[in-house]
Amino acid sequence: MSLVITEKYKELTDAAVAAGVSNLQVREQDGVLYVDGDATGAVKQQLWDIYGKIDPDYSSGDLMLNINSVAGVMEGAKLKVTTNRTNLNIRKGPGTDHSILGKAARHEIVTLVRKENDQWWVIKTDDGEEGYSYTQYLTPVEA
Amino acid sequence: MKLQLSRMLLLISAIALLGTAFVGCKKKAKDADIKAAIETALKGDPMAANTMVDVKDGVATLTGECKDEMCKSHCGDLVKGIKGVKEVVNNCTVAPPPVVPVITDVAADALSKAVADALKDAPGVAGTVKDQILTLTGEISKDKVQKLMMALNALKSMGLKSIDSKNLIRK
Repeated sequence: MSLVITEKYKELTDAAVAAGVSNLQVREQDGVLYVDGDATGAVKQQLWDIYGKIDPDYSSGDLMLNINSVAGVMEGAKLKVTTNRTNLNIRKGPGTDHSILGKAARHEIVTLVRKENDQWWVIKTDDGEEGYSYTQYLTPVEA
Repeated sequence: MKLQLSRMLLLISAIALLGTAFVGCKKKAKDADIKAAIETALKGDPMAANTMVDVKDGVATLTGECKDEMCKSHCGDLVKGIKGVKEVVNNCTVAPPPVVPVITDVAADALSKAVADALKDAPGVAGTVKDQILTLTGEISKDKVQKLMMALNALKSMGLKSIDSKNLIRK
């Protein structure tokens, strides 16, 4: 059974399969296509670029692309701070409502202490600052 | 004497044939009764609304869609208990679970908080979550959209079903 939205994003799902995304699930429900899986940061970026090509500005709202590039990252792993321009806040707790303890510079390498949840990890800088940072801006240093 | 023998044989085989015919009728009637009894039982059970049954030689075959495994085994047990049922063949199919399940109020609060965290880096954007659907409004520069959407799409694992950004201006 070929579903309309699944067809629209065929280039993306084909690329996901070709790139070897693990635990890949492609399901359509209530007019939205859900693509879930685990992959490296590079593959995740590749798939997001294809998404942006098919749906410029991501305005259709008919795809939820949930590719996790940090699933296999272990405690003690090195992470690079990949913010857009600014420093990364290190907070007292897992949320922007918690106070800021310190900052890590853009492109600085920090260490993963513990994964609180998918959005917030406890990290430690070489200076010894330790606290919660948003995973959106932490990229595992790939060997 | 020969005539009498063949007449006897004819009579005997006629009786035998009649006998098998009766047995065949009996079986069909019995199956129909069992089927009717099963259907009555299924109709009276809300879980079994979409379950159908066919009975042959006392073997009840179930078909139709059940919402989950528990529902399927419940239907099987129900039918097994009906008088006359020798065996149950349960061919009911279980519907797949929803891709994004309904979340509790506590989880919905956590989702709203996670959305707020994701929007921190896009100050011109406002978002509200209702029934696990996020509506975005405001303005954002085109070069920041991908990063924002990456962070928001990840919230599918927290119960976010979809994002409506029709009213979000990309400049």
